[in-house]
Amino acid sequence: MVNSCVSLYRSNTMEFGNSSTANGSVSGSVSPKTLSVLIVDEDPIIRRTNIALLNRFGLQINVAENGKEAVDLYSAGAYFDIVFMDMEMPIMDGPMATKEFRNMGVTSMIVGLASRSLDSEIHEFIGAGLNGCHVKPLNNAKITSVLQELIASIY
Amino acid sequence: MLGFGVERLRADMNRLLALLFHQGVLDEQFLQLQQLQDETSPNFVSEVVNIYFHESEKLLRNLRGLLLDREFSDYKKMGIHINQFMGSSSSIGAKRIRNICVAFRAASEQNNRAGCLRALELLEHEYCYLKNKFHELFQMEQQRLLAAGARYPVQN
Repeated sequence: MVNSCVSLYRSNTMEFGNSSTANGSVSGSVSPKTLSVLIVDEDPIIRRTNIALLNRFGLQINVAENGKEAVDLYSAGAYFDIVFMDMEMPIMDGPMATKEFRNMGVTSMIVGLASRSLDSEIHEFIGAGLNGCHVKPLNNAKITSVLQELIASIY
Repeated sequence: MLGFGVERLRADMNRLLALLFHQGVLDEQFLQLQQLQDETSPNFVSEVVNIYFHESEKLLRNLRGLLLDREFSDYKKMGIHINQFMGSSSSIGAKRIRNICVAFRAASEQNNRAGCLRALELLEHEYCYLKNKFHELFQMEQQRLLAAGARYPVQN
């Protein structure tokens, strides 16, 4: 079902590019948009495993090692459809980075990844502006759920 | 005969994995990790596990350093290390280590130094066990690949 959701997303969010033909006229070409994802986590193991997991879904993946790196990417003009944000990170943690994103007007889907499920810190994290939160580790079922939510929010 | 060696090694590896699952040392997350290994990433599992070893040993050193300090009181810093250990252990399916981290975190949140020390000793013991088992597994896998390669020697 997720593959059909991702295909539907691609077919409905086309980007148009121009290419020159042999006689010099310009013709339009259509390429489907690939969902882009930003993984924000200081742990290299989690980054590596999440990259491999998300690759299986055909997503375009980028990484940042902490909240500040993630914010700097957006400040430089980058945009990602989904941000998987770790809760605890050095320099700038997940709640702070999420608040910063929302203050900047970022509308990306931001999904928190936490190491605990019942905690006042989780509530603070969600309150910072998350669209959802999952307990680590990320797996196929959680990724599917996130993609379904994203597709549902578009349609 | 060489084919028999390959199959024997495969059976030994499966037996070892079954034991680790039965003991609760590993959980289904490790299976997800194995499923991510394919022809484009043929060494994915060993790469991730080796990163895990490297990072875990740093974290264990940090935790021991904190607890051995007579004037230690920064339980928040300890909590951060424990959470990191817990997250990475969960990612590779190291279930028993993860469970010890939960107890460790509880002791840390209660500022219970003795409890933290006990949990750290358990953690170090469990980590050593897991590391040894993974080394056994990877050695068997290397032998299996060598045996499989020798089974079909290149002919000029």
